[in-house]
Amino acid sequence: MHTDTKVTGHSGQVQAGGHDVGHGHASDLAHHFENHYQQHEAGNLGMWMFLSTEVLFFGGMFGAYTVYRYKFEKVFEQASNILDPLLGGINTIILLFSSVTMALAVRSAQQGKGKAIVGWMAATIIFGLAFLGVKAFEWKHDFAIHVFPTKDFCWSYAREMHKTHQHPEYKPNAPAKFYEEDAKNPESKQGKLFFFLYFTMTGLHGLHMIIGFGIMAVIMVYAWNGYYTKNYFVPVESVGLYWHFVDLVWIFLYPLLYLLGAHLASH
Amino acid sequence: MSTTVSELKAKGVPFVNNEPSKVTYLNHENTVASWLLTLDHKRIGVMYLISMTFMFLLGGIFAGIIRAELITPKGDMLSSDFYNKTFTAHGVIMVFFVLIPAVPASLGNFIMPLMLGAKDVAFPRLNLMSWYLYVIGAVFTLLAMLLGGVDTGWTFYTPLSSTYSNGNVMVVAAGLFILGFSSILTGLNFIVTIHRMRAPGLTWFRLPLFVWALYATSIIQLLGTPVIAITLSLLGLERVLGVGIFDPRLGGDPILFQHLFWFYSHPAVYIMILPPLGVASELVTTFSRKPIFGYQMIAGSSLAIAIFSFIVWAHHMFTSGISPYAAMFFSLLTFSVAIPSGIKVFTWLGTMWRGSIVNDSPMWFAYGFIGLFTIGGLTGLFLSTLGTDIHLHDTYFVVAHFHYVMVGGAIVGLMGGLHFWWPKMFGRMYNEPLAKLSAFFVFAGFNLTFFPQFLLGYLGMPRRYHEYPAEMQVMNVFSTAGALVLGLGYIMPMIYLTYAAFWGPKASKNPWGATTLDWTATDSPPTPHNFEGQPVVTEEPYHYKSTENKEHALAH
Repeated sequence: MHTDTKVTGHSGQVQAGGHDVGHGHASDLAHHFENHYQQHEAGNLGMWMFLSTEVLFFGGMFGAYTVYRYKFEKVFEQASNILDPLLGGINTIILLFSSVTMALAVRSAQQGKGKAIVGWMAATIIFGLAFLGVKAFEWKHDFAIHVFPTKDFCWSYAREMHKTHQHPEYKPNAPAKFYEEDAKNPESKQGKLFFFLYFTMTGLHGLHMIIGFGIMAVIMVYAWNGYYTKNYFVPVESVGLYWHFVDLVWIFLYPLLYLLGAHLASH
Repeated sequence: MSTTVSELKAKGVPFVNNEPSKVTYLNHENTVASWLLTLDHKRIGVMYLISMTFMFLLGGIFAGIIRAELITPKGDMLSSDFYNKTFTAHGVIMVFFVLIPAVPASLGNFIMPLMLGAKDVAFPRLNLMSWYLYVIGAVFTLLAMLLGGVDTGWTFYTPLSSTYSNGNVMVVAAGLFILGFSSILTGLNFIVTIHRMRAPGLTWFRLPLFVWALYATSIIQLLGTPVIAITLSLLGLERVLGVGIFDPRLGGDPILFQHLFWFYSHPAVYIMILPPLGVASELVTTFSRKPIFGYQMIAGSSLAIAIFSFIVWAHHMFTSGISPYAAMFFSLLTFSVAIPSGIKVFTWLGTMWRGSIVNDSPMWFAYGFIGLFTIGGLTGLFLSTLGTDIHLHDTYFVVAHFHYVMVGGAIVGLMGGLHFWWPKMFGRMYNEPLAKLSAFFVFAGFNLTFFPQFLLGYLGMPRRYHEYPAEMQVMNVFSTAGALVLGLGYIMPMIYLTYAAFWGPKASKNPWGATTLDWTATDSPPTPHNFEGQPVVTEEPYHYKSTENKEHALAH
């Protein structure tokens, strides 16, 4: 039971001349950090921790995919065959290039070149938009052949269009006879599950890209105004890590969704 | 061989601080905005405590309604539908809005940076954001209850939640999705803080055990919570798009939902219990006036529990139709959780053995905690045994078991921690006899409420029904009577602790004579930036020397 400060030990001494708020701090060092190194390492570790969360977030869906891929192997291959591996492949290459430009943006930040950060990030965004453009083109076709997993989903219509290499215009419903065929065929439901997973996984991936654009836009404004220094560029590095992560998710999505059935005959 | 605060006071030991008031985190700014926009981990911890207490009261009211209905065997007070909604509301509020953030977000936020000798957590803005996400999540959930409630139970099993239940399920799911990010941000913040913000000399094996417990908890929050987020998203998409990812009629698998749900929700149980285990370690060593027995074993057992927590989830599904081989595997792994849990209980007993135990009120809560946690843990072994689980699954035995762990463990641990750190948080002492009375009421009331439920469950009373056979009434009346005592034990500290925070006698810097930085290097209450300078650590955390310490105390 003490009231004094004589207790020694775990705490005991107090170093003189520690930082107090507003004294002796550089403007790019938050008050609760002792030095730039600590600040940088904290930000960096925080981003890695966030990415571990993201891995588990996508992991739930990859888990669901694994279960149904195992249960409905044949239909998943047929469904995958409907997707165009060439377009997916082009998109893969586009994303890899965007990762290169992002790495160069981070490099510019390390060298303290604010304007260069803006340039490389702009390039990254352009590659990202190109990716989403290809994706939109694919999705347009997907909607037209009724593989979007709502009530008007039509498995046999999509299969038919795919076999005959047709690119129909979008109509609210597929012809009625295909729905009748679907009703008799339990595989149509399994095909619907594949496309549910396809749209959810690529949709969530696309959403992450769009969020990335938003963060990059903010960082570009700051970078243009010279906010980042050689000592403080954690946000640039963090968005870089984030972008590479999003890229890496696609590297897993591409084979699972596009290449799974690429070997089948109808292509 | 025990000494109480009052005895020390009688011997003239200065317990009360008479220094003039200083600038503290509480009084340096007083506007509402200075609280709502604060980046100070201490104020955020207090705000969490207030909002959680509010949710606890709500959840407690729902519990009261449940116990009132169960006084009589007939379902005469509530309709079965309303009863379903009541226990769902109780479960959702208590699990997600009270137990999961209980210790980490309030006490952890407040105390952990002090223990590390840090000025704040690593990301103060994220910390504030996580509180706002908590509030928004709570608003969504309460909105769903006002709109007519949800009847799925807190587990949201499909296809009930995806196909048959009303649309409020979506509102609650949205609320819990948002709340999940609050939990993730807290965990992320804590891990980075513990890695990067430790004072010079504060090596990993000099960390107080509460910090180790929070570290283990944060790992679970970080890796478990996103899985429930995606699961609830899939549930929502299934409802919106009409896809049957969990619906067997449409090719889906409801068992997959259970797997994904428990992959988070079992580890979540350890989010609830690990931090109070850390609190108990602090209490036992402080009030035994003795270095903790088996420091490294306790630290390691926290991590072991965090790791085991991720590989035992399917023990919730032994009767769901999983493969018997998987069931055997999960049963075996579940048993192994008993090892780190047992290590903790035995190290506490080893710490008390031949210590100079001081029976102040936080220690009373610690005694209650150890006893209730032990019963809760041991009855878990009944449920991890495949054969007995088939008999006990979905009965009141399960209800009693998890209340012993979650309420007897987590809430009693929280109360012990609050009584321990209250003088640090508000710089004032509370009424000690009342605190002891509350500890007694909680312990007695809790056992009276939940012990009969073990017997009821063994006799076969299923959970989640608003009526039961007449011969089970006696035990149910005991249980409801116990709930009243328990309620009293909860209401009392809400009153005397609140009173003490404003008008209690001023506390000294270190009223318990503890040895960690939160007591020795900061004022009570702490200054806005915690420390005058940068504290340096030169020793192990619990360097009590029992005999010397007693002389020291008496010599003052």
